[in-house]
Amino acid sequence: MSTRLAKGGRLIDRSKTVKFSFNGKSFTGYQGDTLASALLANDQMLVGRSFKYHRPRGIVASGAEEPNALVNLGSGVTHEPNQRATTTELFEGLTATPQNVWPSLDFDIGAVNSYASRLLTAGFYYKMFMYPRAFWKHVYEPFIRQSAGLGKAPDAETRDPDTYEHFYAFVDVLVIGGGVAGLQAAKTAADSGAKVLLIEQTADWGGRSLVDGGSIDGKPAVDWIKDTLEALENMPNVTLRNRMMGAGVYDHGYALGYERLTDHAPKVAGPRHRLWRIRAKQIVTATGAIERPLSFAGNDIPGVMLAAAVRDYVVNHGVSIGDRTVVVTNNDDAYRTAIALNEAGLDVPVIVDAREFGGGALMEQAKALGIRVETGCGIAKVHGKKRVTSVDICKQAGEGAVLWSIPCEAVAMSGGWSPVVHLWSHCGGKLNWDDTQAFFRPDASRPPKGDDGEAMVRVAGSANGELGLNAGLQDATAVGQAAAAAAGFEVAAVAPQAAEEPETPIEPIWQMPQGAHYGLRLKSWLDFQNDVKVSDVQLAAQEGYESVEHTKRYTTLGMATDQGKLSNINGLATLSNALGEDIPQVGTTTFRPPYTPISMGAIAGEARGEIFQPIRKTPMHAWHEANGAHFEPVGHWRRPYAFVKSGESVKEAVHREVLATRNSLGLLDASTLGKIIVKGPDAGKFMDMMYTNMMSNLKIGKCRYGLMCTENGFLTDDGVVARIDEDTWLCHTTTGGADRIHAHIEEWLQTEWWDWKVYTANITEQLAQVAVVGPNARKLLEKLGGMDVSKEALPFMEWRDGELGGFPVRAYRISFSGELSYEIAVPANLGRAFWDKLLEAGAEWNVTPYGTECLHIMRAEKGFIMIGDETDGTVIPQDLGLNWAISKKKEDFLGKRAQQRSHMTDPKRWKLVGLETVDGSTLPDGAYAVAEGKNANGQRNTQGRVTSTYHSPTLNKGIAMGLVLNGPDRMGEVIEFAAVDGETMIGAKIVSPVFFDPDGEKQNV
Amino acid sequence: MSDIATSLNGASFEGITRVEEMRAQGMITLRGDFADPAFVSAVTGLVEADMPGQRQVSTGAERSILWMSPDELMVLCTYAEAPILEAKLRDALADQHALVANVSDARACFELVGGDLREVLAKLAPVDMSPEAFAVGDLRRTRLAQVAGAFWLSSEDKAQIVCFRSVGEYMFNLLKTAAQPGSSVGFI
Repeated sequence: MSTRLAKGGRLIDRSKTVKFSFNGKSFTGYQGDTLASALLANDQMLVGRSFKYHRPRGIVASGAEEPNALVNLGSGVTHEPNQRATTTELFEGLTATPQNVWPSLDFDIGAVNSYASRLLTAGFYYKMFMYPRAFWKHVYEPFIRQSAGLGKAPDAETRDPDTYEHFYAFVDVLVIGGGVAGLQAAKTAADSGAKVLLIEQTADWGGRSLVDGGSIDGKPAVDWIKDTLEALENMPNVTLRNRMMGAGVYDHGYALGYERLTDHAPKVAGPRHRLWRIRAKQIVTATGAIERPLSFAGNDIPGVMLAAAVRDYVVNHGVSIGDRTVVVTNNDDAYRTAIALNEAGLDVPVIVDAREFGGGALMEQAKALGIRVETGCGIAKVHGKKRVTSVDICKQAGEGAVLWSIPCEAVAMSGGWSPVVHLWSHCGGKLNWDDTQAFFRPDASRPPKGDDGEAMVRVAGSANGELGLNAGLQDATAVGQAAAAAAGFEVAAVAPQAAEEPETPIEPIWQMPQGAHYGLRLKSWLDFQNDVKVSDVQLAAQEGYESVEHTKRYTTLGMATDQGKLSNINGLATLSNALGEDIPQVGTTTFRPPYTPISMGAIAGEARGEIFQPIRKTPMHAWHEANGAHFEPVGHWRRPYAFVKSGESVKEAVHREVLATRNSLGLLDASTLGKIIVKGPDAGKFMDMMYTNMMSNLKIGKCRYGLMCTENGFLTDDGVVARIDEDTWLCHTTTGGADRIHAHIEEWLQTEWWDWKVYTANITEQLAQVAVVGPNARKLLEKLGGMDVSKEALPFMEWRDGELGGFPVRAYRISFSGELSYEIAVPANLGRAFWDKLLEAGAEWNVTPYGTECLHIMRAEKGFIMIGDETDGTVIPQDLGLNWAISKKKEDFLGKRAQQRSHMTDPKRWKLVGLETVDGSTLPDGAYAVAEGKNANGQRNTQGRVTSTYHSPTLNKGIAMGLVLNGPDRMGEVIEFAAVDGETMIGAKIVSPVFFDPDGEKQNV
Repeated sequence: MSDIATSLNGASFEGITRVEEMRAQGMITLRGDFADPAFVSAVTGLVEADMPGQRQVSTGAERSILWMSPDELMVLCTYAEAPILEAKLRDALADQHALVANVSDARACFELVGGDLREVLAKLAPVDMSPEAFAVGDLRRTRLAQVAGAFWLSSEDKAQIVCFRSVGEYMFNLLKTAAQPGSSVGFI
């Protein structure tokens, strides 16, 4: 069993106990423990179940590479799935539950899949669930959803109580990884005066050297780390951040840093995670290396761990995995584990070294300690179910005949080390296969390049394939110097010297024993999380999957949340053997950010709750909120759709607003309409290019309705233009169009007519604007007093500056409703006061604020088009019968040429008409008018569609507009529209789109 | 002018820096040819401040001029003075191709005072806020989280932020969140 030793544990403070719970049971750990070390200290070897076979899973690693120990952390509002126990620092009150277990961790029904594993091979799902087709939805998918998956998704109704943020940082050199190489690279770069940011994903500085020791410049590595760290802390040009992972490297020296601020101390104030968005002139990755497992039967049984992890737990946390640990290796490094265990007073019954002649100095040291070493051997099979009970030793060269059976509680395996090249590869850094050391390493001649075409990322230490302490230091010094130089800083650097014993080279072992029969390969795991075994990859190769990317997807190798940190190299070596190709020919899968999963909260940053998205508010917004506004989004604005009174439905409110406005007086907050000034000696000429109709000849003081098209001829916006003075025009745009149209006209001005003397300014937000609408509109304004708003002084389609009720105003006599109507603009800060004044003074006429739906109905009754309803990016003004607004005199305007193309002049283009249902009902929005016959796809032919449809309270019947084939020539004809069910047909008569007051008598009074 | 109804009526918040909505401020947009001495002398003469350099603020005794783009300036003055100054500028620039617009109501203005104000800005805008890169008198037109905005340092412990009026409430809540207690970064 795994337990806490009486002594040792570099990181733990035995005077401070920490209570936590796992799987509903209470445990105690020490401050300085990770959740993984604390679980092991409490003999919790079993931590979860695998994805496919629900096999018992124990902790394998001690860091970010851990594939198995994923837990649901927290509960209720703080519940978070898929948290890695090995990187979760223990804190008081931590609550964790195992994942993928049903009904319980110890007894899992899904484990029956394991007995069927001969059937559940690679591609099983693809093959099995093809037939019968109907079974997928009702039988297969529900079953898979129940049995597959890892952590539980947080409850949809819970809200994360923590906060998150982003931070933009700019540095000369970013160094990722705080091991010896990272420290040395950072120190070297910082000595040049460059601004350096050094980040480390764990809480601890120093990396593997803290456990593996060694001596640097004549002092113990631990002391050198301490001194270097202190020196860096004292440099004003250096920032050090621990608990911050380099998550991704992107173009142009952009990198993401994922800082976990309060995961280890949840009660501390401030944000939980901070996502650093870093711009660095140079990036140095010193991300170390990850140990590889060995592929032997039963290598997934709890108690089989990476050799370095076993010694990490002993040295860092004083935790032993078992009294007897069998070490199995193909390289010298694993001997360190045997030595560390021996020093901790634990038994290593045997070191199984697959190499014919074993290792070098470390092997001699182990032998001197009295540890039995068997060379040229391997593990045939591990015995045990929920924990290791014994191992069978065989000859590595053979097929697995058992030489000895050795009882033990733990197996420490080492298949060699793989440099962590992820960050180097994220942005295109290329790799070479190093045959001697059996790993992929960065090729410095093919780096990720910056905007200058030069290297922007460099790699130092183990991550660069320099596994030895001294080699790593030399490499890191050179890389730190080169990074500083590339960032524009010079430094003369002297590398520290480390004492280093030469090691005997690794011997690549991809299957143990090399001739393992199918039964053994079927139990030799490559990917522990996704249950991919050696036999699966070999099957994929047999079935013709040659590309590593295809094999990955077919077998799901490396597709779990650990992204194959342990499994990738073993998997592709297995594939290359099966294909009879060399490893470099097979290549790797693509490394993509983030390095390990980062929280969704960190990605969202501050954007949640009330600042999830900006909501634009007019000066009158608070009044709307307080007076029953039923809002609808229009761009980022929220506009009142209707003002609902108590006891009233939204529909009833709209009905009331229309009638009140038509019969007496309505008010609309029109502040959101875009207002763009166009000014200059060439402004008239420019306006004529932007609008389809003539604007240059508009007289000062007058208004004109205008259309804007794209260069492809399609209608893009409309609105009223006012001529302000000799060289100034004011363009009104739609609410959603203000920014878009301003950008559109600036683009044409800056790129096509850059030499024309025109300036524009978007003054949308300077003004609050209120439409005062209805037969009593003039009476209200006259009551306010100040300026003459009579028919004579302010005729229809004109504007005047003046004063109303003491407010400085610009009054426009324009109408989008067909009523007598004014739009009054006041400075935004006075908007609310002016609105209040209108309400107060208008009370005697039952003044009724109305919303956008009332606006829509009134404009539809008048046959006025709406951008976004009658237009959809494929409609030209001619389709809408707006030929009167297209100048024939002008030589050119945006869209003119396009509108002359054959498809645009095709008489078969659907044209705008009014539609009146035969039975008075309201047509469904978007409904199609059906025609005889079917098209090539067997669909009913169509001859038109509805663009706007409403129930008109004024006329008390359904009214609609639509685009219909030859529509204007078919007045009076009844055509059929299909209801939503596609079956029911609704007859509608083609009529003029102007349903109400066709002569404009109401607005022109 | 404390009676002018601004976007948030002077709301404030105390965190790792102090966030305050400023009272109404006079703002005049100017567009013209910076290379034309007539334009420059008319503007600098009336505003009584020098022409600002690129991405900079020039502060005079009473008013300031902000550099907004290669052909756009913003004049800051008191809210009451803005219409008068607007008219004067319009007159002075009448013979030139220029645009003058009083936009005093178009924006919400905020001030950050003391504490970690540089870091609060660096949480929201993709700008290098280190003192070497962003000095007193420097100005950026950029974005703050999801909205457009401009900011500058009027002194080492005062930053001014402007955004459009309609998103004033969003901006205030944004600054409040970025300035929440316990959120100092310790980088700048």
